[in-house]
Amino acid sequence: MSAVIDSGKRLAVADAPAGTRPVAPPRASDAVSEPAWVRRTLIGLALAFLTLFLFVPLVSVFVQALAKGVDVYWAALVEADAVSALKLTLVAAGVSVPLNLVFGVAAAWAIAKFDFRGKSLLLTLIDLPFSVSPVIAGLIYMLVFGLQGWCGEWLRDHDLKIVFAVPGIVLATVFVTFPFIARELIPLMQAQGQEQEEAARVLGASGWQILWRVTLPNVRWALLYGVILCNARAMGEFGAVSVVSGHIRGQTNTLPLHIEILYNDYQFAAAFAVASLLAGLALVTLVLKYIVERRAHAPLDLEKPE
Amino acid sequence: MSTRALLLLRRHSVLPGFDLSLGFALLYLCFVVLIPLSAVFLKTFTVSWSTFVATVTSPRVVASYRLTFGMSILAALVNGVFGLLVAWVLVRYRFAGKRVVDALVDLPFALPTAVAGIALTTLYASNGWIGKWLPFKVAYTPLGVFVALTFIGLPFVVRTVQPVLEDLQRELEEAAATLGASRLQTFAYVIFPALMPALLTGFALAFARALGEYGSVIFIAGNMPMVSEITSLLIITKLEQYDYTGATAIAVVMLMAAFALLLLINLLQAWARRRQGR
Repeated sequence: MSAVIDSGKRLAVADAPAGTRPVAPPRASDAVSEPAWVRRTLIGLALAFLTLFLFVPLVSVFVQALAKGVDVYWAALVEADAVSALKLTLVAAGVSVPLNLVFGVAAAWAIAKFDFRGKSLLLTLIDLPFSVSPVIAGLIYMLVFGLQGWCGEWLRDHDLKIVFAVPGIVLATVFVTFPFIARELIPLMQAQGQEQEEAARVLGASGWQILWRVTLPNVRWALLYGVILCNARAMGEFGAVSVVSGHIRGQTNTLPLHIEILYNDYQFAAAFAVASLLAGLALVTLVLKYIVERRAHAPLDLEKPE
Repeated sequence: MSTRALLLLRRHSVLPGFDLSLGFALLYLCFVVLIPLSAVFLKTFTVSWSTFVATVTSPRVVASYRLTFGMSILAALVNGVFGLLVAWVLVRYRFAGKRVVDALVDLPFALPTAVAGIALTTLYASNGWIGKWLPFKVAYTPLGVFVALTFIGLPFVVRTVQPVLEDLQRELEEAAATLGASRLQTFAYVIFPALMPALLTGFALAFARALGEYGSVIFIAGNMPMVSEITSLLIITKLEQYDYTGATAIAVVMLMAAFALLLLINLLQAWARRRQGR
């Protein structure tokens, strides 16, 4: 490090405590950090950008929601169509999250604990719904279950409704939230290896005992975060659900679709009141993510997600 | 992988549950994703090539590609620049409220697109909080599409660059300073090349997300055909006219673009891993 002195630059050497190792700077020296005015400018620019594109939109949701007073806000939330939209949203999330949870655990178990051919192909296929536009996700269910679709006539003859009804909304939600939990679990379980499970096996544990007592406790934070993300997306999905819903008020409207109808009806305060529910959910999601990440980092490096 | 492992379907393991877990995962994948998705391609095969080409190259559709791709690239570029800046500030500097800012960067992931759409439209309308200060119209023009796509793509670059920047060895920068490099030179020749794979990955992810975006855009775009109509909306318009083949043909074009991007992103990530020596 003696070369540091020779560089002729103004270095933090002067700041170093006298006597002990005057050459090695005790903290990041000026040579590897920027002047204060550059730092302030960069922080200012970054915060200005985030303010314009993130903070102001977020704050505006709550301000607009309460713009006409608490009474209007409350009335918008307890109105019959809003309540039925909330119920349908809870149904869609309540079905799709557990289904994708079971899938996520099964896929992560197979991929992380075993070697088999085609594993990377399987990983790519699991990611597929991420790269499919929500509108196309809705479209594919129209093509399968719509009247002109594969099962359309059979469904009509048996008086079953999937698109423009609740099952279609649930299916579209399952599709768009498909990868979330698997994506959280797979990298973590791959990093953790299978030694603990093998030890449990040698000690006589059954497969289900290993899953419940060893694997799932090891990944509990990633699992929780995956569930939170999956739930947030399930409740907020708009494009895919919009295609298959048919927009029947009080029957096939989820909360995001209800917001659209209110907004297009110029009932802005009501639209933002319902939107504030979902924005609140988004904030809860971010807070839980923050807690989960801290918990995951805290006890053992083992649990560091990716 | 050894020859033996290549020959066998799976390596011998003492752990149970391989058949059950993989079987269930594959079955679920087929029923939820693969079979419905194959419907798009099978539906396309029922139309003749010339009809397909005529549908996907009609002027209104081409105008929507131009808008969607153009604004997606523009938004991803802006996110590339500011995402790098935000990641840099979050990793390197200390300031009040940094943790809150760091957590809020993920907001566009968590906020439903419809909520983002109405919030941005109200803000950027000519009488909105932000719109009234601007000398030009943003809402109900192609610029509105750009604003919405910038919002939804914001976290990608930050979240891909941030971990790489955190892992970057400070010794490299010290060495550059030792050799007489100015701070700007160190950034241009030492730091930036190391961040490049992550930056490109983040750019591609933001671009891919923007291409398929629907919810946040339709409120702010104004949706005028030929001017501010995105491709996703055109698919829905065709569906509402019961033109399933037309909708499917456009969807196939968008899916192809998305899959090409997915491939590109995978290649970029492999490159990034090699760079980091992992």
